[in-house]
Amino acid sequence: MGRMRRLGWLVLAAAAGSGLPGQNASPPERVDFVRDVKPVLEQSCYSCHGPKLQMGGLRLDAKESAAKAIHPGKPDESSLYQRIAGMGDQPRMPMGGKPLDAAQTALIKRWIEQGAEWPDHASAKVEVVQEHWAFRPPQRPPIPKTRNKTWAKNPIDQFILARLEQEGLSPSPPADKVTLLRRLSLDLTGLPPTIEEVDAFLRDRSKNSMEKQIDRLLASPHYGERWGRHWLDAARYADSDGFEKDKQRWVWFYRDWVVNALNKDLPYDRFVIEQVAGDLLPNPTQDQLVATGFLRNSMINEEGGIDPEQFRMEAMFDRMDAIGKSILGLTIQCAQCHNHKYDPLTQEEYYRLFAFLNDSHEANIAVYTPAEHQKRAEIFRAIADIEAGLKHRMPDWAERMAKWEDQVRNDQPDWTIVNATAEDISTGGQKYLPMEDGSLLAQGYAPTKHRVQLIVKTDPRKITAVRLELLNDPNLPLGGPGRSIKGTGALTEFEVATAPADAPEKTTKHKIIRATADISLPEAPLEPMFHDKSEEQKKGLRVTGPIEYAIDGKDTTAWGIDAGPVLRNQPRKAVFVLEKPIELTKDTLLYVYLSQKHGGWNSDDNQNNNLGRIRLSVTDAPDPVADPLPANVRQIITSIPREKRTPEQMQAVFSYWRTTVPQWAEANEKIAALWKQHPEGSSQLVLQRREKPRQTHVLMRGDFLKPGKAVEPGVPAFLHPLPPGEPLNRLTFAKWLVARNSPTTARAIVNRVWQAYFGTGLVETSEDLGRQSEKPSHPELLDWLAVEFMDSGWSLKKLHRLIVTSATYQQTSRVTPELYQRDPYNRLLARGPRFRVEAEIVRDIALAASGLLNPKIGGPSVYPPAPEFLFQPPASYGPKIWNEEHGPDRYRRAIYTFRYRSVPYPMLQTFDAPNGDMSCVRRVRSNTPLQALTTLNEPLFFEAAKALGAIALKNGGMRDEDRITYAFRRCLARKPNAEELAELTAFLNKQRPRGEEAAWTALARVLLNLDETISKE
Amino acid sequence: MPCHDYLYRGLTPQGVARRWFLEKCGIGLGAIALHSLTASAASTDPLAPKAPHYTPKAKHVIFLFMAGAPSHLELFDNKPKLAEYDGTLPPADLLKGYRAAFINPNSKLLGPKFKFAKYGQSGAELSELLPYTAKVVDDLTIVKSMVTDAFNHAPGQLLMNTGSQQFGRPSMGAWVTYGLGSESKDLPAFVVFSSGKKGPSGGNSCWGSGFLPTVYQGVQFRGSGDPVLYLSNPPGVDEELQRDSLNSIRKLNEMRLAATGDPEISTRINSFEMAFRMQTSAPELMDLSKEPEHILKMYGAEPGKPSFANNCLLARRLVERGVRFVQLYHEAWDQHGNLVKDLKQNCKDTDQACAALVQDLKQRGLLKETLVIWGGEFGRTPMVQGGSDGRDHHPNAFTMWFAGGGMKPGITLGETDELGFNVVSNKVHVHDLHATILHLLGFDHKKLTYRFQGRDFRLTDVAGNVIQEMLA
Repeated sequence: MGRMRRLGWLVLAAAAGSGLPGQNASPPERVDFVRDVKPVLEQSCYSCHGPKLQMGGLRLDAKESAAKAIHPGKPDESSLYQRIAGMGDQPRMPMGGKPLDAAQTALIKRWIEQGAEWPDHASAKVEVVQEHWAFRPPQRPPIPKTRNKTWAKNPIDQFILARLEQEGLSPSPPADKVTLLRRLSLDLTGLPPTIEEVDAFLRDRSKNSMEKQIDRLLASPHYGERWGRHWLDAARYADSDGFEKDKQRWVWFYRDWVVNALNKDLPYDRFVIEQVAGDLLPNPTQDQLVATGFLRNSMINEEGGIDPEQFRMEAMFDRMDAIGKSILGLTIQCAQCHNHKYDPLTQEEYYRLFAFLNDSHEANIAVYTPAEHQKRAEIFRAIADIEAGLKHRMPDWAERMAKWEDQVRNDQPDWTIVNATAEDISTGGQKYLPMEDGSLLAQGYAPTKHRVQLIVKTDPRKITAVRLELLNDPNLPLGGPGRSIKGTGALTEFEVATAPADAPEKTTKHKIIRATADISLPEAPLEPMFHDKSEEQKKGLRVTGPIEYAIDGKDTTAWGIDAGPVLRNQPRKAVFVLEKPIELTKDTLLYVYLSQKHGGWNSDDNQNNNLGRIRLSVTDAPDPVADPLPANVRQIITSIPREKRTPEQMQAVFSYWRTTVPQWAEANEKIAALWKQHPEGSSQLVLQRREKPRQTHVLMRGDFLKPGKAVEPGVPAFLHPLPPGEPLNRLTFAKWLVARNSPTTARAIVNRVWQAYFGTGLVETSEDLGRQSEKPSHPELLDWLAVEFMDSGWSLKKLHRLIVTSATYQQTSRVTPELYQRDPYNRLLARGPRFRVEAEIVRDIALAASGLLNPKIGGPSVYPPAPEFLFQPPASYGPKIWNEEHGPDRYRRAIYTFRYRSVPYPMLQTFDAPNGDMSCVRRVRSNTPLQALTTLNEPLFFEAAKALGAIALKNGGMRDEDRITYAFRRCLARKPNAEELAELTAFLNKQRPRGEEAAWTALARVLLNLDETISKE
Repeated sequence: MPCHDYLYRGLTPQGVARRWFLEKCGIGLGAIALHSLTASAASTDPLAPKAPHYTPKAKHVIFLFMAGAPSHLELFDNKPKLAEYDGTLPPADLLKGYRAAFINPNSKLLGPKFKFAKYGQSGAELSELLPYTAKVVDDLTIVKSMVTDAFNHAPGQLLMNTGSQQFGRPSMGAWVTYGLGSESKDLPAFVVFSSGKKGPSGGNSCWGSGFLPTVYQGVQFRGSGDPVLYLSNPPGVDEELQRDSLNSIRKLNEMRLAATGDPEISTRINSFEMAFRMQTSAPELMDLSKEPEHILKMYGAEPGKPSFANNCLLARRLVERGVRFVQLYHEAWDQHGNLVKDLKQNCKDTDQACAALVQDLKQRGLLKETLVIWGGEFGRTPMVQGGSDGRDHHPNAFTMWFAGGGMKPGITLGETDELGFNVVSNKVHVHDLHATILHLLGFDHKKLTYRFQGRDFRLTDVAGNVIQEMLA
């Protein structure tokens, strides 16, 4: 092939060459580098092989560097020519750009043939191009010497001090103990210290009193909440899908996993591996599956008109962005559409990284709390005991079961699976995606009421009955087989018709006389989430029940499959027998109508009750009935010889068979009753590896409709290599992300931790350590911290301890005008940090100071007070659930506030909390009038003021001064000075005529609104 | 939405320090001096008025966002041929590579449902559904050749508002206030209203600040109750107590400023002062009962009864008070079915007020410096959806109109093919529109940038041309 191609090029080159000036003259005109060649290189090559970037270390504007690509006189041996001509197996250059035209290619060939003359003056001066600092793995730098030998408490201080000394500055004195304890409490737990904690600390005269406080705070379960919130920003955590529908989703298990992982001090490398590939670890625990929710925090678009694949791709891009910013500290999304302009990341490399992630289902699994796990274990043990008892009392059970198997093995007629397509308009906007096994998977928008018309074209045949299978799919809630949030669905009506292929609207209906199914439940009213506000609903007519309900002609009754936890998520089947067989010819279309009208009133919310994955089959056998055997049992007994079965397979057959044994009726009922006690659990979005990963392609301009070259998983050349010999899967990728030789991973996380403490990272652009990043203020310190962090087993708690025990951290934050002018952003750290705390902490301080705080950790997200209209149209696209809490959940920490992406909780939004649309590793810190209105007037802040006033009256002592001091300390930890006390006393006295309670509320409100209250000093 | 970067980024350290010195000295002179000094420390207020690149034509923008995507074929783009082809299939080559949201693109064509006529000196063609718009048609610049890239609502609205289909970019209003600051001291610079059946599909991100500082994000106002969240004092707090409390908060904050030297405290003091002013100015703004009867009638507004018409009148009042960017969402235009009935209703709800706004701004001399924009996120298919009374989403062609702010009045620009399917002349992409709007506001759209994640971002991404034909 290579030869053919080369020959082709020669011919082309010759043909095109004739158009060049002077081409007709013989011998060919001499090619001039400056006049002829350079413009071509400039236009096509320099953007990647020029002054800005040197992909593969090649610079084509500099003679010395270019020499390795040019073999004068021998174009075919010059990689420059080989690559632009597309010779050999290497991708043609310019990569991802427009190929050189034939004339340009011929020109370069001729130039090389003629000796590739390149005048020195036309060559860029090659300075040794320094590799960008962040692309070299960090090395532990020597600790600098300082003139001041007494200030430093640990190596951090020596780095900081050395720089200060260089700048002619000196550090500030330490902050006083009270200020420091408040700073530590806010930093490590996000809560202010209590008065008792302050007093205990003041009383403690021991040398290591500070260390004791740090230990206490690091061990507090609130540590995980405070630092978990940072990671949740990076993980773009939210409790809803985003986009137009923005439906609720259940992902709080992931949120709690983050909090717990930090509390346990799960090493950071492990923390990352579990989130990126927890499902691929050997025998993954529920926690490790939940951790993969990290990648699933992407938004989901279920607008009516969408192509689900388009938005799966959007989600994939979002995952790449999240991994880039949060783990690698690099912005990689530019390379989605083209080679990265500044960092040496090609578009192809981007899609090779992408390929690692392109291997999974968008899965949703059932998850259980520890208490629920225990309950499950009890149930399973009880069932196992009963089953063991049955076997014990019937010693020949195995022979009997074998006999039964022989009886039923061949008792089913032949069914032919037929491919169906859904008629566009009838889907109500739901997408029925064809699957390889002939089934259709419902995705995208989920109307709560529709009647889909399935069109089947099949070979001529006689049909006596149609079978409908409801199948599981990892992409359905809890694996399906339905699309309701519990993975169930209801079939309102099943109808069959035919029409001539040339007149598809001329339908003939075919009556169904009998229906059977492998599950028949008693009539049951619809659950509240499926209520539709209709008259029928009010009268209680909308019900589910046995399969006959699907052929009774009524829109109020449906075949239901909700057999309770776990059992409701089994595959099901139903068989519909026609009154008269249909003789299908090649000119007949078979129509099957699946009416699904048992959803609720709002199609924009989680109220659908649709079938999730369906498959149709037909038979010509007389009067068939639905196979009572579960599909997996049928499969085992027909295709796996008894002696080759695993214990699980034997158990599956036994568990079904026992239900057919008449004398075991009592035991069967007991087991059924046990299943009814099974906990409901919750659900969680996770990754689940597909059997076959998808083929990844480079997408032209990032457009999923324009797939280019197919690519295999791989990592960018400018970063560290993959571990040799490991399989190219997501787990290897996860391990690569946190490999010891990763140049950016450890730097990125230590930099962000630093940013949280000091307001600005050692590299200000904490999301991007690439070439466009800001220069680090203390490069050696950054590297030292990164290496120290890895050497300490990637322990975040050790990193925190290191920082907060430093003299740097413990300085006072007071600033003189001189110092402020010298260093307004405190990059040199000649003083301690002082800035407004994050949104969540603003709320938490008010709750804690007022005594309202409910410190409960974890659990479903909650609804503190919010203006109701925000969740209703026209403020919100659709009506949203916001059941304001009136019990203790009203006062939970802000990390637990329910987060709708399209309607962010106003208080948190006003204080700059990101809404989870994309990964965020650096928040804005604004200071606006809307913030003032919020802390002054928002209902929960006002409740806090009342509570703080009341508690000051009750517990603050007898004198005004004591009570004011008490309230003041609950907010600020320190005591008021005389001037402050005077101001507050005057204010209180002025408000006294309003009544004692009102006056104290007013006073507390002033305290809660102070800048200092919501600042870390 | 907010993420990254700091409020005062881009300011020199010296600038920050200078501000602080002014304030620091101010404290010695007492609270009054402090206030006047901080108020005039314009260079450090992220919302202080700023000069754009060139002398601007427009100083304010009112964007009437017809969310859901109105049918250009029933309102502006008269297609007699489409009526002739009603019930036939569209030509196959037209549909090559075309993707529709709901329908099979190969659906029958649907003739326009309403009559058209020519109006005004300019002779612009309008549907019978827009009798009021017809009266101001000579003040309008009608562009029939709009195109977009998105054909689903949320991405389409994001593109129209932020120049990108992805979440996370700043909205036009945020860019404009970032570039121009605000002329209002006691109202937000960028105000958003919502009316109609639903909220916009793009949610808060339609007026978000993306990676710009949060001060630039749109503030949602409500037509009834508190116009701004938490504007009213809590129950039991009267104005006197509020003033006393703010005085006390200010004094204590000033003490802390003196003790710590942190200039951020003075910004907080200012924030509280502006919050207090807003508590007076916002209710005053919202009180339509002071408007004369003939003005209320002109808009079809009724005080106390939230409506699109009220919002139009409020938009004028906001612009009068120096607010930079006002956006009115009216989400009601997604006619997959009920095309005839719903369009009649929607036009009844909006036509009069839109026209009144243009007329009212004009009679007050505000139209010259106020750019009014009318339009949705895309158009609708010439093909039918469902039986015979609906149209699907269509990105290839749609109509918008503009008035004032330097737009050329009395012209109709651009043409679509005989089916209203594709644009055949004067194509205006959303990016071009953004470039043109920024141009009118005095900006070179390529230079109004913000550095984020190592790259200079702009509203027009990497595209956009100013459409000269639209300019006066």
